[in-house]
Amino acid sequence: MALFTLNVNGNRVEVDADPSTPMLWVLRDHLQLVGTKYGCGVAQCGACTVHLNGTAVRSCMITVSSVGNQPITTIEGLSEDGSHPVQKAWLEHDVPQCGYCQAGQIMSAVALLDQNPSPSDEEIDTWMNGNICRCGTYTRIHAAIKTAAANR
Amino acid sequence: MLVMPDEWFEINGFIKIGNNGVVTIMSPNPEIGQNVKTSMPMIVAEELDTDWKNVVVEQAPLNTDIFTRQLAGGSQSIRQSWPGLRMAGGAARQMLRTAAAEAWQVPVEEVTTEAGMLRHAASGQSAGYGEMASAAAAVPVPEEVELKDAADFKIIGTSRKNVDGHKIVTGQPLYGLDYQREGMLIAMIVHAPAFGMQIKTLDDAAVRAMPGIQDVFTFKTYADDYEPAWCDISAFTEMVAVVGNSTWEVMQAKRALRVEWEPQPDLIEAVSTGGQQIPVGLENTAAHRAHMEALGAPLARVTRRDGDPEAAFRDAAQVIERSYSAPFLAHNCMEPMNFFAHVTADKAELVGPIQTPEFMERSVSARLGLPLEQIDIQMTRMGGGFGRRLYGHFLVEAAVISQQVNAPVKLIYSREDDMTFGTYRPAYYATYRAALDAAGNLIGFHVRAGGIPESPLFSNRFPAGAVDNYLAEDWTIDSNISVGAFRAPRSNFIAGAEQAFLDEVAEAMGKDPIALRLEMLERARTNPVGERNDYDAARYAGVLELVRDQSEWGEDQPGVHRGVSAYFCHNSYVAQVLDMVLENNRPVIQNVHCAIDCGIVVNPDAAINLAEGGIVDGIGHAMYSALTFQDGVPQQNNYDTYRLIRHSEAPKSIAVHFVDNGIDPTGLGEPPYPPIIGALANAIYRATGQRIYEQPFAPQLEVFMREATG
Ligand code: FES
Ligand code: FES
Repeated sequence: MALFTLNVNGNRVEVDADPSTPMLWVLRDHLQLVGTKYGCGVAQCGACTVHLNGTAVRSCMITVSSVGNQPITTIEGLSEDGSHPVQKAWLEHDVPQCGYCQAGQIMSAVALLDQNPSPSDEEIDTWMNGNICRCGTYTRIHAAIKTAAANR
Repeated sequence: MLVMPDEWFEINGFIKIGNNGVVTIMSPNPEIGQNVKTSMPMIVAEELDTDWKNVVVEQAPLNTDIFTRQLAGGSQSIRQSWPGLRMAGGAARQMLRTAAAEAWQVPVEEVTTEAGMLRHAASGQSAGYGEMASAAAAVPVPEEVELKDAADFKIIGTSRKNVDGHKIVTGQPLYGLDYQREGMLIAMIVHAPAFGMQIKTLDDAAVRAMPGIQDVFTFKTYADDYEPAWCDISAFTEMVAVVGNSTWEVMQAKRALRVEWEPQPDLIEAVSTGGQQIPVGLENTAAHRAHMEALGAPLARVTRRDGDPEAAFRDAAQVIERSYSAPFLAHNCMEPMNFFAHVTADKAELVGPIQTPEFMERSVSARLGLPLEQIDIQMTRMGGGFGRRLYGHFLVEAAVISQQVNAPVKLIYSREDDMTFGTYRPAYYATYRAALDAAGNLIGFHVRAGGIPESPLFSNRFPAGAVDNYLAEDWTIDSNISVGAFRAPRSNFIAGAEQAFLDEVAEAMGKDPIALRLEMLERARTNPVGERNDYDAARYAGVLELVRDQSEWGEDQPGVHRGVSAYFCHNSYVAQVLDMVLENNRPVIQNVHCAIDCGIVVNPDAAINLAEGGIVDGIGHAMYSALTFQDGVPQQNNYDTYRLIRHSEAPKSIAVHFVDNGIDPTGLGEPPYPPIIGALANAIYRATGQRIYEQPFAPQLEVFMREATG
């Protein structure tokens, strides 16, 4: 075990964890930020997507010891009240079915739009291919990203 | 945001009304993503005649005194609860009217309601539901309740957003895996690596000393003399539990554990049939395949015979015969199996994702030796169900582990545990034959279908009833692999096979595939063969006509390759047209038209979402997914080897059309899934000139595309 000081959603937080612990489990078990989901643990499903320094990463692959003071944003820190344009677009399209994958989908979509404000269909396809939705909400996710792009 | 009242008045088990008019409606059934947590309360709110914007929805606890059939399965939640939900709302409305009539000293018949307001027109008096709630709660429950005419519905039939939508997009805790409790430990299981193996010895010395580890032990899920119920399916009933402080520590310990395994004493080694022994043992996919191909005919049992099918095939001018197959599939709910349990000497508290809480309560009760009243099961929103969470062994496991360590415990399956400890969709195989006479008429139809270990056949479904000479046969081969219901069980294979076969028959007959189906359905409607046909031919034809018209079937667009399919299951009818285009020699699903007859649609946009999901799910599994076995060991255990459909592979658009017939609602979660596989297969043929008979389709399709480009 070792002590780490992290910058999560704009807050300085301390955690006492094994250095090999993936950020996914630090967020969920140590910080009770359970919006970030576990789906595969091997960077294949995207359910655990968070932003590290503004870039989308799979938190199941990032160990707590590798983060340092780089800022981490989780779904809980995206907005105070669900008012981020991507969250609003998600609600407008009523995207979720079971909803489990959606935090990861939203975090991926936000990172996409941050670096490419009006992505083409193909760019959305390529970017979002890392996020599995077992319920099959892909057409709505796609439409919601276009709406968010238009509304930003 | 709604302002919460100072005081709540319970009108009945479904409804509480606050003194300010805010209404809490309990949603009785498990929510697996089918959106019942929104649509079931909508039905209550409709008959209560309240304003939806004043409604708060809560997940009801398991309570069989108040609620019936608290189960998510068979696409039955709305269909079976429809009368009860309406009655609950209607009874409360009547109690409010009675309370108002007494307060105003006017005849109750003259008290009307509208959007949460009570009115008496003649005296000009009015009150909000909140003002009458306290008095209404004391009114005796009415024996007869007047329900609304469907024409007066204001909520049912209008699109309402998912009541959990805001929580989902802001990442609030909703799921079993998110559940936390003070002092809670994390548990994981280690199960045998192969179906048919069990634990022999455990060496936990190294693991016990690992950081954060509290306990390691073997345990049995069920007592030795327990008679498992249908929902207790579990291939591995003796396992190792690793319990510790945090998920990562337990995961690490699990990897370090040394366990020796041995074959189960009750391992099915062979099954004998027609004088032959078929080896089973630790199973292999290649052997499964060979057995299914070779043994269907010798094992077949006749399940239906109309006319003289043997003569029809003997006299036929042309016989078309095709065989179809599909592999085992893992459910792969995005949220892996998990459950919270806190078992003490006299009670058990369980929280988590389960499709069958009422049944699992009995299993836990039997296992712990506690009466049902001492067992409390709370349902969380589920990260998918698809049938997997009908089988709640993980809930019992959590309870046993909690009892052993005497602490609150959250049991978590890793993705690998989840995928390799399944209640899988069985492997299926079907052979279809059609007999045509010299004039090209369909004079005989034969289906022989089976699977490991379950047959997918529905002998009395279409085209039974539409062909004079009809023969249906089924067969099964035993297995050590555990299987269970998977979204649209059996239909999820047989529909695609049948509908792809009919496409070939239509082609051989020189007929348009929709026209052929409509002709056959017309025969089944006006002059059906046999009496046990379990579909309504007119409604079946109705969805085909709707999809034909909406898709402008017959007006060919250059470069667009169309496949059609239709199926009836879970009391609903679905017909689909799938449009495929080739972009850079890559097949792309440009659009799907989907016509559905599921009676009244409670929440249309949510229903469209669910139909879209069924379509994407069906396409995905038929194209990409397979679970294969080597010596009983699943060969895929995570998404790097097990393929699920991804964003770019989904249809670019989906247009859903509902038949508007005012019939009481029927199933919707499952019916859109099965037929799309036929539409996909038929579109692939139009696009490539090649038919694919074996799922998953994608590997063969890639070969075709490569050959086409040379
Ligand atoms: S849990 Fe990290 S990508 Fe799946
Ligand atoms: S909404 Fe269920 S996995 Fe995406």
